[in-house]
Amino acid sequence: MSRNSNKLDIDRSASVLNALIRHKLFIPITFLTCLLLINVFIKPSFLIISMGKDSTGNPVLIGNLINILNNATELVILAIGMTLVTSSSRGQDISVSATVAIVGGVIMRVLCGSETQPSVLHAPVILALLLGCLAGMACGVFNGILVSKFNIQPMVATLILFTAGRSIGSMAMGGLKPKAVASFGYYGNFIPGFPIPTPILITIAVVAVTILVLKKTNLGLYTRAVGINDKSSSLNGLNPAMIKLLTFVILGLCVGIAGFVQSSRVQTVNPYTIVPGIEMDVILAVALGGNSLGGGKFNMAGSIIGAYTIQTLTSMLTTLNVNTNAVPVFKAVIIIVLVAIQTPTVKSFFNNKVKFSKLTAGDGKERG
Amino acid sequence: MSLMNKAQGTDGVVIQNKLKRREPLTDTAFLLTITISLFIAIYLLSMIFLGDKGFSKVQMFFNLFNENAALIVIACGLSIVMITGSIDISVGGSTALICTACIVCLNNYGFNFFTTLSLALAIGLAFGAFQGFLVAYLEMQPFIVTLAGMFLGRGLVALIEVNQVQVSNPGFEKLSGARIQIPFLGDVNKKGIFLQSKLEYGVIVAILIVCLMYWLLKKTKLGRSFYAVGGNSQSALMLGINVKRTRFSAHLLCGLLAGIGGFLYLFHTRSGSVQQATGLEMDAIAASIIGGTLLTGGVGNIFGTLFGVLTSGIVLLVVTAIGSQDPWWPQITRAGMLCFFIVLQSVICSRKRKKY
Repeated sequence: MSRNSNKLDIDRSASVLNALIRHKLFIPITFLTCLLLINVFIKPSFLIISMGKDSTGNPVLIGNLINILNNATELVILAIGMTLVTSSSRGQDISVSATVAIVGGVIMRVLCGSETQPSVLHAPVILALLLGCLAGMACGVFNGILVSKFNIQPMVATLILFTAGRSIGSMAMGGLKPKAVASFGYYGNFIPGFPIPTPILITIAVVAVTILVLKKTNLGLYTRAVGINDKSSSLNGLNPAMIKLLTFVILGLCVGIAGFVQSSRVQTVNPYTIVPGIEMDVILAVALGGNSLGGGKFNMAGSIIGAYTIQTLTSMLTTLNVNTNAVPVFKAVIIIVLVAIQTPTVKSFFNNKVKFSKLTAGDGKERG
Repeated sequence: MSLMNKAQGTDGVVIQNKLKRREPLTDTAFLLTITISLFIAIYLLSMIFLGDKGFSKVQMFFNLFNENAALIVIACGLSIVMITGSIDISVGGSTALICTACIVCLNNYGFNFFTTLSLALAIGLAFGAFQGFLVAYLEMQPFIVTLAGMFLGRGLVALIEVNQVQVSNPGFEKLSGARIQIPFLGDVNKKGIFLQSKLEYGVIVAILIVCLMYWLLKKTKLGRSFYAVGGNSQSALMLGINVKRTRFSAHLLCGLLAGIGGFLYLFHTRSGSVQQATGLEMDAIAASIIGGTLLTGGVGNIFGTLFGVLTSGIVLLVVTAIGSQDPWWPQITRAGMLCFFIVLQSVICSRKRKKY
């Protein structure tokens, strides 16, 4: 009896473990936890959040976790859009960093006009945000039309803006490097008197809107349907081209918001160096979130956790004094490993191993 | 009986005639014609309108080759990969890595010309073999793999050397400074002295490689299987072609050519940095596309790629010579040209699809 119950326990715990491993969020959460543990190991004071004062004497929250949450804003916002694009068009948009440069250029142009150091803002910030979002959405429309109407692979279609984007951003600013007044910095840093960094609030708002849209509309369902099989979705009355275009426009909107936050951080934009290589980070976040880069089903929570994981990794590498230019090496290795795990060849290799162990377990049961 | 035979015969002739008439409009020939005529048109126009800015000089024509020798070699590799239906965007990263690694070895470890060349080839082959394995045998998306390769290359540069480095090896500098004097061709300068045109040795290598790759693609079994796999990998499999090995070979070959191209780049510039050769992969892809290589695979021509490089080279020269001081126009023009040709290809492809 006792042997039997023992076996049942083992079986049950094995099945729980199996379910846990097979859960969609298993990889991202495990990875994030591991990274946090390593961070705590390197620097025991890692998790402490304290109240401090900034240079002007306003109360602000200080701590590594706050920094990670703050700096991950652009990544999270872009990952939301990229997840939808990946799902519907079975490819990724590699032009996001270049379009962020365009958005930054437009925002700076609107706020500063053609002065390099204006003493006042030339336009209300909300107008700059709107025009920035419009610029981002225009880029999204351009990419989306190339992908959906001309049937060009997304990565090749977005290669065009990847090449031209930073130059267009520079053109939008008229070749100047203006610096806006400090009040524009509220959106990328702190609102005076309020201790939580504004980007964190913006992230929360964007995530909340995303959850609402995915819950209340059919966007998620349609995107998945188009990504899994666009012929059958068109037989079911959807317009695959329209939905692909829509996902690119949504990504464009995300780029607009991300560009706004990014340009507000230091109130100035250098289009040639703004958010270097963020497309890699965003794709990595989507892959880390357990989404297949080949399109189809997606998992938004996974992507968001993935984005925070990437930011944790980046800040960990920075604390370890790794040169900024050398950070991509580690990310490249991780992305290759992650995508390799998802491939059918490797999966079937591991499945064979699992099957083998299952077979022996089954034999034991029959004998009992 | 005889009547029927006759009818069949005439039918055959008619069909043959139709085929002959339609032949010049097939995709490769059509795209190649557009590219070559575009190149000649732009060159002639710039000679007429911008003659005072040096476009009428013979040296200008050779400079076009001198500046683009490395790009020609790298674009050849990319054409092969694209004909096989894959893509490689890591060539810029591997070029930067080759330049910096070679310079560090030349300056600090006493490498000579041949050990440097073998180091460059080894780096290129390592990139090609690694990416080829992942793409062909693990069936990963080539774009993701080579994007990672691109970041890996640039990141490794920063691990080796963060600052910009210059070659300070007298033997190597002497070699790379050598030029071929071309007899009977040259320009008369302002003082009335005849200056012979100069050509770099790298250009000879590049032209040789173009011819070699043309032969490989047209005449060898491997080259034909590249086309077969790119056209339709399923039917290639049924023909008995080892699809995985063919894909792997294409990436390996591209890596090798990227190694040679990287070395030529080093030979030309004699410097290396993290930001070096940014967008080189873009230029190479654009050159292949402009030269008539389809992104979907199965169609392409190495001479088209050569003309693609020359066309984008002359366009950049013209944009710079027109004298706009703004630094953004070259990049935007390049992207615009790429956009035009990508859309053109897509339209041609969709027309073909409708026909069948």
